[in-house]
Amino acid sequence: MKHVAAFKAMLAGLCLMPLAAMASGGHGMALDDARVDLGDRAALQRGAQLFVENCLSCHSAQYMRYNRIGQDLGWTDEEVRQRLIKGAAKVGETMSGGMPADYAKNAFGVVPPDLSLTARARGEDWLYTYLRSFYADPARPMGANNRLFKDVGMPNIFWREQGVVVPVVHEVRHEGGATEQVVTGLKLEQPGSMTPEQFDGMIRDLVGYMVYMSEPAVLKRQAIGPWVLAFLALFFVIIYLLKKEYWRDIK
Amino acid sequence: MMNRLFQWFDARLPISSFVNAHLSQYYVPKNFNLWYFFGSLALMVFVIQIVSGIWLTMNYKPSAADAFASVEYIMRDVEWGWLIRYMHSTGASAFFIVVYLHMLRGLMYGSYKNPRELVWIFGMTIYVVLMAEAFMGYLLPWGQMSYWGAQVIISLFGAIPFIGPDLALWIRGDYVVGDATLNRFFALHVIAMPLILLFLIGGHVMALHEVGSNNPEGVEIKKHKDSTGRPLDGIPFHPYYTVKDLVGVVVFLFFFAIVMFFLPEMGGYFLEKPNFIPANPLQTPEHIAPVWYFTPFYAILRAVPDKFLGVMAMGGAIFVLFLLPWLDRNPVKSIRYRSTAFKALLAMFVVSFVVLGWLGMQPVTPLLTLMAQFFTILYFGYFAALWWISKNEKTQPVPERISR
Repeated sequence: MKHVAAFKAMLAGLCLMPLAAMASGGHGMALDDARVDLGDRAALQRGAQLFVENCLSCHSAQYMRYNRIGQDLGWTDEEVRQRLIKGAAKVGETMSGGMPADYAKNAFGVVPPDLSLTARARGEDWLYTYLRSFYADPARPMGANNRLFKDVGMPNIFWREQGVVVPVVHEVRHEGGATEQVVTGLKLEQPGSMTPEQFDGMIRDLVGYMVYMSEPAVLKRQAIGPWVLAFLALFFVIIYLLKKEYWRDIK
Repeated sequence: MMNRLFQWFDARLPISSFVNAHLSQYYVPKNFNLWYFFGSLALMVFVIQIVSGIWLTMNYKPSAADAFASVEYIMRDVEWGWLIRYMHSTGASAFFIVVYLHMLRGLMYGSYKNPRELVWIFGMTIYVVLMAEAFMGYLLPWGQMSYWGAQVIISLFGAIPFIGPDLALWIRGDYVVGDATLNRFFALHVIAMPLILLFLIGGHVMALHEVGSNNPEGVEIKKHKDSTGRPLDGIPFHPYYTVKDLVGVVVFLFFFAIVMFFLPEMGGYFLEKPNFIPANPLQTPEHIAPVWYFTPFYAILRAVPDKFLGVMAMGGAIFVLFLLPWLDRNPVKSIRYRSTAFKALLAMFVVSFVVLGWLGMQPVTPLLTLMAQFFTILYFGYFAALWWISKNEKTQPVPERISR
């Protein structure tokens, strides 16, 4: 039986191997940990307001209803109207709209993508890193570039809060003598209205809201999940005792 | 009153004789271990998929214009829609987990051998249809990975000489994956394949009940019966195994619920991240990987430099499993009484399958391709070596009866 035991142990190890390999993988720039806490309702509320104030003028969130945010984050319809809705939208409507496609294409070169599911498609750490990776680049039409998403069409909308960030550039010499300017880091040249810690906290709130928005059911499923598991654990005890009772006479 | 009603029906329909033959007087070896839970679990996952699938179709729209939005509608606006959808998406992966473990059980204890060859053939056919079912279902959310995964896999049919391009066109119903493809995959996914699966599962269980179950000792319990004709080492399936399988069901549901409520994406394995971006025929994702349960075969496909030969190797990797009852020429069933060489071979096979599965998720690099080629050879090597060693294998004596 020793062989069988060793065989089983090996199987278990192998099952975990791809997970470990996946965790260490990834390419390009390392992402910062967003440390989003979906249990922090105040943070989600702040994030929701940041989102409508800063993102919705260009982007849409066509799958997210205003009153759903209210229901999940504890606002009445009236509060939702006051805090989140600018313009004529009704509370039961989704955050559609954004910018007219033609206009956006002219101004930014691309149509700003719908943000409903961005946090799920990209991951919270990607968003958190992306929003903090803008730097001043006079060569770009909007005066800003991004370390994580090179030559992105989006400007640095938070430059007042963040301050002026400049790239740390190193010259890399290729074989054959050609040189290339490579951005290896970012440096805060002129402080903004927020300290770096305050700024990171604001971005974390915004990203947290976007994580919630990408899957509003997340709050409910995490809330009822433990009860389901507790029920199954209790049910297991009962069923296990039942099985024991039936199997007493088998030897 | 109820009793007389039952008798009225029983005189006109074989209810009690069916229950006796397949449950209360169907004798099963008494020594099933952990590995024997996965058959009943597979059946339960099948039921979960059917039931959750019915509810999903109530709000899903099988058109290229509406599909993605209708899934988000289910996730956000349909009462408990998210739960039904996660049940179905987690169920898809869970189905393959229990089926792979169920198949590995068969390899370990020689469950495919005489007289259970047909049980194995039915099971393998179920597995192939299940892969088709899963592949078609994965297109339905109409995300980027749905779209491009289908594009890649259907284009494989194009590699078949002469008829290939026309065949791929016929499957898609269009020159690229499009509305026509989605609509027909929906039809096949929700009715054709499940119906075939239902018949095959019926055949699998009926063939099994005709010959009786194998067990971890590989002993035939029908060889030793008491004066009334009952196997001495057998116990009635009901109530003994119904109640035992129920324990397995609850444990399984516990893990199932952990995924459903806390890890529905399972780190991108069960729901891939790019699938939260709507299908865009003009933008190929930088890295197309099938869902985890297809990746071992995908790795074999990519390991072969020629596309057509790659498709043949991939098909062969599945087809060769059908031949297992005749490739393994040793009459000893259980791994417990087989040679060290067999144990090493099976371990090698499992390692290659898992490593190939990992390789199938990675982007192509020369080193990884070399690894995939190495493990592809090991995968097929299992069957060749098994055929060779099983002829004159040094096995240990198999007991007559089940002692524990």
